[in-house]
Amino acid sequence: MIIHHPILGPRDAQEFVYLGDAGLINRPDGMTAGIEAFHDYAYNRDNPAGEHRELWYHEQGDRSWLVVTRNTVTHEIKKVELARDVARAQGRSK
Amino acid sequence: MSQSHRIDGGQIDRSKTLRFTFDGLPYQGHPGDTLASALLANGVRLMGRSFKYHRPRGPLSSGSEEPNALVELRSGGRQEPNTRATVAELFDGLAANSQNRWPSLRFDALAINDRLNAFFAAGFYYKTFMWPKSFWEKLYEPIIRRAAGLGSVSREEDPDSYDKGFLHCDLLVIGAGPAGLMAALTAGRAGKRVILADEDFAFGGRLNAETYAVGQASGADWAAATVAELSSMPNVRLMARTTVLGAFDHGIYSAVERVSDHLAVPAVGKPRQVLWRIYSQRAILCGGATERPIAFENNDRPGIMLAGSLRAYANRWGVKAGERVAVFTNNDDGLRTAADLTAKGVEVVAVIDSRQGDEVIDTSGRLGLKSITVRDREGGTREVRVDALGVSGGWNPNVNIHSHHRSRPVWDATIAAFVPGADGPPGLLVAGSAAGVMSTHGALRTGRDAAIAALGLTGRADMPEAEDAPISITPLWHVTHGKGRAWIDQQNDVTVKDIKLAEQENFTSVEHMKRYTTLGMATDQGKTGNVIGLAIMAELTGRSIPETGTTMYRPPYTPVALGALAGRSRGKEFKPYRLTPSHHWAAEQGATFVEVGNWLRTQWVPKAGETEWRQSVDREVLATRKSVGICDVTTLGKIDIQGTDAGAFLDRVYANTFSTLPVGKCRYGLMLREDGIVFDDGTTARMGEHEYVMTTTTANAVTVFRHLEFCRQCLWPDMDVQLISTTEAWAQFSVAGPNARKLLQKVVDQDISDAAFPYMGAGNITVGGLRARLFRISFSGELAYEIAVPTRYGDALLRRLMEQGAEFDAIVYGTEALGVMRIEKGHVAGGELNGQSTALNMGLGKMVSKKKDSIGMVLSQREGLTDPNGYRLVGARPVDPKGKLTAGSHFLEIGAAPVAANDGGWLSSKVYSPHVGSDIALGYLKGGDQKIGQRMRAVNLVGGTETLVDIVSPHFVDPEGERLRG
Amino acid sequence: MVDLRAMTALGAHEPAVLTVGPLTITERFDIALASLAVRRGQDLTGAARAAGVPLPGPAQYQARAPYSAFWVTPEMWLVEAPFASHEEIAVHLKAAFGDAASVTEQTDAWVIFDLTAPDLALVLERLCNVDFRAAPEGYATRTVIDHLGCYLVKHGAGMARVYGPRSSAQSLLHAVEVAAASAL
Repeated sequence: MIIHHPILGPRDAQEFVYLGDAGLINRPDGMTAGIEAFHDYAYNRDNPAGEHRELWYHEQGDRSWLVVTRNTVTHEIKKVELARDVARAQGRSK
Repeated sequence: MSQSHRIDGGQIDRSKTLRFTFDGLPYQGHPGDTLASALLANGVRLMGRSFKYHRPRGPLSSGSEEPNALVELRSGGRQEPNTRATVAELFDGLAANSQNRWPSLRFDALAINDRLNAFFAAGFYYKTFMWPKSFWEKLYEPIIRRAAGLGSVSREEDPDSYDKGFLHCDLLVIGAGPAGLMAALTAGRAGKRVILADEDFAFGGRLNAETYAVGQASGADWAAATVAELSSMPNVRLMARTTVLGAFDHGIYSAVERVSDHLAVPAVGKPRQVLWRIYSQRAILCGGATERPIAFENNDRPGIMLAGSLRAYANRWGVKAGERVAVFTNNDDGLRTAADLTAKGVEVVAVIDSRQGDEVIDTSGRLGLKSITVRDREGGTREVRVDALGVSGGWNPNVNIHSHHRSRPVWDATIAAFVPGADGPPGLLVAGSAAGVMSTHGALRTGRDAAIAALGLTGRADMPEAEDAPISITPLWHVTHGKGRAWIDQQNDVTVKDIKLAEQENFTSVEHMKRYTTLGMATDQGKTGNVIGLAIMAELTGRSIPETGTTMYRPPYTPVALGALAGRSRGKEFKPYRLTPSHHWAAEQGATFVEVGNWLRTQWVPKAGETEWRQSVDREVLATRKSVGICDVTTLGKIDIQGTDAGAFLDRVYANTFSTLPVGKCRYGLMLREDGIVFDDGTTARMGEHEYVMTTTTANAVTVFRHLEFCRQCLWPDMDVQLISTTEAWAQFSVAGPNARKLLQKVVDQDISDAAFPYMGAGNITVGGLRARLFRISFSGELAYEIAVPTRYGDALLRRLMEQGAEFDAIVYGTEALGVMRIEKGHVAGGELNGQSTALNMGLGKMVSKKKDSIGMVLSQREGLTDPNGYRLVGARPVDPKGKLTAGSHFLEIGAAPVAANDGGWLSSKVYSPHVGSDIALGYLKGGDQKIGQRMRAVNLVGGTETLVDIVSPHFVDPEGERLRG
Repeated sequence: MVDLRAMTALGAHEPAVLTVGPLTITERFDIALASLAVRRGQDLTGAARAAGVPLPGPAQYQARAPYSAFWVTPEMWLVEAPFASHEEIAVHLKAAFGDAASVTEQTDAWVIFDLTAPDLALVLERLCNVDFRAAPEGYATRTVIDHLGCYLVKHGAGMARVYGPRSSAQSLLHAVEVAAASAL
């Protein structure tokens, strides 16, 4: 696969490490959320046959974490964003 | 021996003669020949035996679809089985042997299978070797294994090398027949970066096998002129002998280039093959079409060939396959064979056109065709003496690569074949006969148009004139007259009867039919037989052919050598090595090295007179504990963490707290995964207000860095934290033992007394003016430091330490002694950091701070992970000091049966401790913290051993930490 | 003056110069390296200009004297300078950028090879997936050579500078030599 890196353009997916569902960005706050919330965060995933937002790490590139919107059936990639931008847009900060 | 069947013409270089052998007999051919064409030229038709019935076989085809003429090429380490004689390029000295026969090709003992064919119907193995069950391993499997397979593999190492590589292009053209050449020419002239790949050693495809004209020239001459123009373009890369194996996502194609297969031995330094990964913006499949036979009784004899191949041998290679030839066809193209051969002066004695109602219903000739039996439209039969028969059942477009993304081809009744479907790989177009456009004109036109469409070119390129005959075909899949076996898949010996049996037993889906009958398996993947098989299944089930459908097409298009897939990654080059800064010194000392990931680490450094590894290791441990030992710890991961939020960041990623660590100090850190399991450990030092150096285990250096980047970018994107690995930048040595300080004080420029550089101190120092770092940390239970200098000075630093340490009898210790000392001290490492254990299990539960949020903090408090009777780290020592322990043994109460229900835990690490004077072990024991002082059994059911042990504290050395702080 | 004797990544006391057919491999032991990263909310432009440190955009290398630099990740560069004058490159950069940047010593993290050959692309295509032919001069990228994460900078059609992990210098060199013998 080719991932169109928002900064570096098309790069071979071989350069990346796959992590999984981009929902991993939404980590609960450990001081306020309980075990149930963390359990859901750590273990529960949708497994869609179709569009999927997922985290890829450009380990053999610029070390950016990316959120890739990919169709798991066709492998078509609709969108690639810097995970940092996505995290900020979702209200994450420090 | 004379080339009895060589006729005029063809694209072979008759000025040169190549000598070769087949089954030991000498023959001659010419450059441009394949092994099959050269053997046919020498009158050799019999080239192999079939898989199941061991039927005598000759080549069916003249290309890569060949099911029959499989041979072993070369010998020794270069022996290569299952090579298709029809594509093996002839070279001087080639030695080929037939396979799947014993004792000889002409007399094959297992041909008895052919007489027993009634027993060997489809599903034979599934049904026959089921019972009794006990017979399977001892009797059935060995017999089947002996009979199975075609060629044999060499047991020797392949002496040749294989490369991998990467290519980029605007347009990849797959296949260099008329469509491919025209596509490449159109794109090349427009200045685009083009790769033109063809599996053949000559470009031109069918133009070389036909007598058609293109423009004013013969097809072959036009192809040659076009190739000449293309090769003059710097933007075009011509890749002959290169098979595109598969279409992958987003324009990536794999291809194998056979660089040296046409040579006896590759040139020095050159690979045999290169596996290419091709990145293309667009691609055009111009893979041509493959002719299919017609099934009739005994249609598999040597001398019976595809009609198009029969004329290819005549036109391209100047070879007549027989003296008296007949043609059996259901379409106009078959008639061309009769016309071409007649023009070449070969006697064509019969043309049997099924469209007229005539059929071939049987043949004779055990080792080669002698006659055919023809049934005419009136029902009369006659025997015709022939030694070659060309059969044409129509042409199948080579849709394979277009179908690699699960696109299903669609049925085109006008050509009675499947053509590419709609949803092929994005960016891939199809042209020429691969698209079902069967005329030369159509191939040139669609090739040109595909290039224009793919690249968005403007204007229309010139195109030469060529024949544009319409297709006339009336499908005939199998002849119904005749009672015997009619072959569909010659390689796997699948006959019409087998398809009928599959249908009777309800294996009617094509995928089931394939697995039940083996139709379309093995080296040729049914390139000639599949469509006939499914057409017959359609007939039997009363469904249409499109309803019946095709099986899935998958890469590779043709078989690929495992060596090409391995590339350079084999033997000592399987992976790169990482050498430590002390490697050269250690090698000079005759050290033994051990692979730790990619690192080669010193395992121990033997001294004269030491004959056994334990002597060296025990000495290293005792010498360190007595005086001072030095160990290269460069391999530990080191990550520089800076920024105004560096401390806060570390508090989040470590279970314990680092923001409060004073500058100039270091602390042991425990890193958890989000699920509460321990991920990694190591010491982290605060080198400045906003500057930390983290140490990771050797094994987790990469994954920890990845995890930190995840935390930094995805979880807390506004933290001011910068990360970079410095593992390689510093040569770092542990200096441990009671004399560690005395030794280091001789080498470093600063005062490192206990007062000036206390336990867990960290700082920048100098060594003879050279910038260096010092950390007072210990994993051995001894007074110890780690000293780091820029890597280029690591070798010199070690030599200086050894020189200055002579008065202390300083030694270098390896990973074994390192392991012994950390186990003696009760430090967790590989065996304990097993991806299943919590801080609590390790006796480090108090390190998990609940006053702050950190990765894994919440889930580490789950009920299942906080069981007071859960696993706890303990030490174990044999009651009898001579008793032996084995890592992996299980703790059992005395008297308890060795069953899972009684399992108390296990020994995770074990060493012989010269300090204790016996084996010692660390282990996880249920409720272990309450069991110190108890006696248990360490049981190893695998090794059949059992040892009585005392459960003790995991700290065998310096339990109070007095030495460390000394 | 440092009195310890330096050793190259290949285990010698002098850098290596090797040829394989038309390819020359020159080990560069005379380059000092440090990473330079922007701290949050800081602007390095002024200090960089004053110190003569280029801060090129993504996938670019920019040469100046004494400092050259290439981009490695958002807001981070590898800065290089002559080792003879800048062995303490991290100290120099810290002085220039103060608390506005994070600077980390990187000189000995890397082995550096200059590869020169008339048609270098033929060698590189056997080693990595970089489209060297199409890349502009000064193109800088991370890539994988023989399983090793490396940086590659294009210094013209016939020259590339490869920065590989120092500990694997021998493996990297071997991979380059083998590929050159195979391709050229």
